[in-house]
Amino acid sequence: MSKKDILIAYLLRLGDNALVLGQRLTEIVAAGPELEEELANANLALDYLGQARMFYSYAGELEGKDRGEDYFAFLREEGEFRNLLLVEQPNGHFGDTIIRQVLFDIFYLLQLDALQSCSDERLAEIAAKAIKEIRYHLRHGRQWMIRLGDGTDQSHQRVSDSVQHLWMYTGEMFATDALDDAMRKEWDGPDLALLKERWQAEVAQMLDEATISLPDGDWAADGGKQGRHTEHFGYLIAEMQHLQRVHPGLSW
Amino acid sequence: MADKNWPLYEVFIRSKSGLSHRHAGSVHAADDEMALDHARDVYTRRNEGISIWVVRSSEIVASDPAESSALFEPATDKIYRHPTFYEIPDGVENL
Repeated sequence: MSKKDILIAYLLRLGDNALVLGQRLTEIVAAGPELEEELANANLALDYLGQARMFYSYAGELEGKDRGEDYFAFLREEGEFRNLLLVEQPNGHFGDTIIRQVLFDIFYLLQLDALQSCSDERLAEIAAKAIKEIRYHLRHGRQWMIRLGDGTDQSHQRVSDSVQHLWMYTGEMFATDALDDAMRKEWDGPDLALLKERWQAEVAQMLDEATISLPDGDWAADGGKQGRHTEHFGYLIAEMQHLQRVHPGLSW
Repeated sequence: MADKNWPLYEVFIRSKSGLSHRHAGSVHAADDEMALDHARDVYTRRNEGISIWVVRSSEIVASDPAESSALFEPATDKIYRHPTFYEIPDGVENL
């Protein structure tokens, strides 16, 4: 893999995480528990979508094959998406959504923070822009996690179950593969072992604040980063890509 | 049902060019922190502000519209309270 191809592949992973999570949150637009929370959710979804566009359009430019953001989002097959399994998990109930967001955003914030000092200038700039948005996402998610975890018996039980259920998808974030290694070596990318330590410390503290116990299982599902997805993913992209597949080349 | 609604908060936003916070509207929220976030999400989406105040609507003390004649009408005919009432004497450069 050439140095440029490494960067392109890594940008697509970043773009896929942001796009898939944006698509998940878009699914619950107009289903918010309160008008204000509804707007908050739509804002978060649009932030991820905007980030995906930045990653994809840069990848397309580097590639030079005339494949833009629409191609990457709407015309690739399921196996070509390299997002984490965690971000494709269904929204479930409100608490499930919040826990998924927090577990991912803590990681994403650390990843963007590391990318701010990578050796590719444009990626560093995108990371610097995105990190401000993700800081807010985490502020929003963290408060909800505490409210629900430290709320009523029922809300506590339900978000504790969410954490238990989603925990097995968190290990993949730190499962370093050849691309992670290459990105680190060639472009001064994130050190996932270091990110893992910080993530664990942050998550432990936040769960503690929310009076949720830290799960002890360490079995982790993986495959998303290599294009092997959970059963939920096919439905997600079927809905997301439907219009472009039925009307090829459609644009706004 | 009414008691299941989140409390109402009044939102005040200070714009980039503004010196003081101005009333922007209101939001529902379960607590103070959430009220700030909701105010941010609802009222600063288009770059409207650099600072937000929120306060429980129930904490605001308001004048009674029924008393407005007693409170405000006496001021309507006190034209000598406006600087334009006074003529500037000749020879005074700054007043």
